Amino acid sequence: MTDKTITILHLYSHDMNIYGDRGNVLCLQRRLEWYGYTSRVIEYNQGDEFPDDVDIIVGGGGQDSGQNKIKTDLLSIGSRICELADNDTPILMICGLYQLFGKFFKTADGEIIEGIGLFDIETYAKSERLIGNIVTHSEQFGDIIGYENHSGQTFLGQNVHALGRVRLGAGNNTIDVSEGATYKNVIGSYLHGSLLPKNPSIADFLIQKAVVKKYGKFTKNKIDDSFAELARKAALKRPR
Amino acid sequence: MIYWSNITSYVIIDHMPKPLVTILGKAVRSVARLRGGGSALPGLVVEHIDPNFIKHILATLPLGVVVISGTNGKTTTTKMVVELLESQGLKVFTNRTGSNFTRGVAAALLGDIDIKGQLHADIAVLELDEAHAVHFVDKIPPRFSLILNVMRDQLDRFGEIDHTTNLLRHIAKATTDIVVLNREDARIASIARSLGNQKVSFFGLDDSLLSTFPSDDNLHIRASKSHASTKADVILSKFAGNSATFIIDDKKVTTELKLTGIYNVFNAAAALTLVRAIIGKNLNQTKLIKTLLNVAPAFGRGEILGVNGKPLELVLVKNPSGFQLGLESFKPSGYATMIAINDNYADGRDMSWLWDVDFVSLDAEGVAQVSGIRAYDMALRLQYDEVPIKSVDANLKKALKRFIANAENQPKRIYCTYTAMLAIRRNLSKITHVEVVK
Repeated sequence: MTDKTITILHLYSHDMNIYGDRGNVLCLQRRLEWYGYTSRVIEYNQGDEFPDDVDIIVGGGGQDSGQNKIKTDLLSIGSRICELADNDTPILMICGLYQLFGKFFKTADGEIIEGIGLFDIETYAKSERLIGNIVTHSEQFGDIIGYENHSGQTFLGQNVHALGRVRLGAGNNTIDVSEGATYKNVIGSYLHGSLLPKNPSIADFLIQKAVVKKYGKFTKNKIDDSFAELARKAALKRPR
Repeated sequence: MIYWSNITSYVIIDHMPKPLVTILGKAVRSVARLRGGGSALPGLVVEHIDPNFIKHILATLPLGVVVISGTNGKTTTTKMVVELLESQGLKVFTNRTGSNFTRGVAAALLGDIDIKGQLHADIAVLELDEAHAVHFVDKIPPRFSLILNVMRDQLDRFGEIDHTTNLLRHIAKATTDIVVLNREDARIASIARSLGNQKVSFFGLDDSLLSTFPSDDNLHIRASKSHASTKADVILSKFAGNSATFIIDDKKVTTELKLTGIYNVFNAAAALTLVRAIIGKNLNQTKLIKTLLNVAPAFGRGEILGVNGKPLELVLVKNPSGFQLGLESFKPSGYATMIAINDNYADGRDMSWLWDVDFVSLDAEGVAQVSGIRAYDMALRLQYDEVPIKSVDANLKKALKRFIANAENQPKRIYCTYTAMLAIRRNLSKITHVEVVK
């Protein structure tokens, strides 16, 4: 272990953690340690002071009630997050917070919940819940494997790219084959399962971007990812 | 001989007289048994022929119907309530087969009624799955209900916890007399505020035990709020080893228990509260506590089997809080540990939940065997908590054989999801001689 420290900010760990999103934080923490870095996790919850020194931000999904609790606070720190994103800070947002990193979420009652607009995306509540195993593909990360469970359907605008193309499952919506969104080093996705442990290429992307930004270069020593490989293989054989 | 497949053609008959429905149902039941079929099938047939079958029979019970629901602990709590009510001299009907759907109730009824369709019981105590309970109580309003807890569990089936809470609220609202609620689970306790004329009775924990019981909101935080300002009828105040102290109606009662697992002991407080509500003034507390002491865990819920003269414990894990409590209740030292994770519908298909459980307590002893359809998801999870693993094999039968062979002289413990547990039970008796110890 070196004295090189990477700080992970876990956004709204109390109210937005419903689908094992803690697994993403743990995955980054451990891999950083296995690569020889010191990892530090700061939990940010509504009303907390937003920290100055942040290298990676991770956020997860919540219930409607959780989203209602954090939505105002999120808007108050939105400009800080957008500034970090524009300065190439790697960020991962899953499900509920992915939606609120977009322009808005329109509820079933027609209410508009404003997002921070980091992604050029719009999300609409639908009656159908999209649930099941999902496999998407991206040129950068290969097959991305996980589980989705959402009733909001997200549509991408002009200034954003999809994270992957759906091979099994629904993804962003029931109309096109896109899943998730990317902007600079920011990744949004509906996938849990948890996403990073079973998709170590995405975890390493976030780590590499953070380390290079802070320390100039990242030399990657070998981690044994054979369990992840076998878990991916087993998941690919499971029905929707 | 009548085969059930032929009987389905009678479904079109609308108003078959009740004795005929009963005879027919009983026939299907015995045929289904002969064929080794599932417990719900005859119930399904009867339900189709006479949708009011259950309602008519249950309406004859002098003390009415009791419904028990919630995420964790339904089966063991129901077993406790039945045995406690029997200790008070009541004849109790229950859906013992663990088929907690309406047609499972119908199937159980068919086994207990006489040929005239009479059920010789004082009261029915039914364990119902949240989603099915909602339809059940619309047809048959219970006189008493007990709502244990609401945790993240099979969210792929029920959607969100708040939605599940609303299902449970519906059960409470449909109850006519007394609703028993968990004081320490904020979502469950809040149900009291939406009730009308029903009486509410709470069960609770002493503040000193709060941190041991995660509710869904403090699964990761464990800084529980005291609810001591709300009066609870029965409080679990102390728990150490096999001894538990309850405060029942402000009086301390200490007793030994056969039940293992802290959550089972808290559910004992729930069962006591419910039984006190049902029996009222005429309760014989001596008999009540004596019976509680001897209640054994239900099938696969912390039960202990004997394999080659060494104990083997089966711990059913369905969701993060249950798994976490299991890991905290049973110390790993000296034991060989196996974990078997399936992802069939009854297990929950999403593997995210494994990442909400902290496995660090297994670091020192390690895990001897990982298995199940999602064995490698589990192995991956353990890798990130740096828990050593001896062997991973998705094939449950082979894994079980190896596990038993490698830990011949050690007590063993298997954490398993529901369908993995069924497969383990099936295979155990094929591999080795099994005796039920507790």
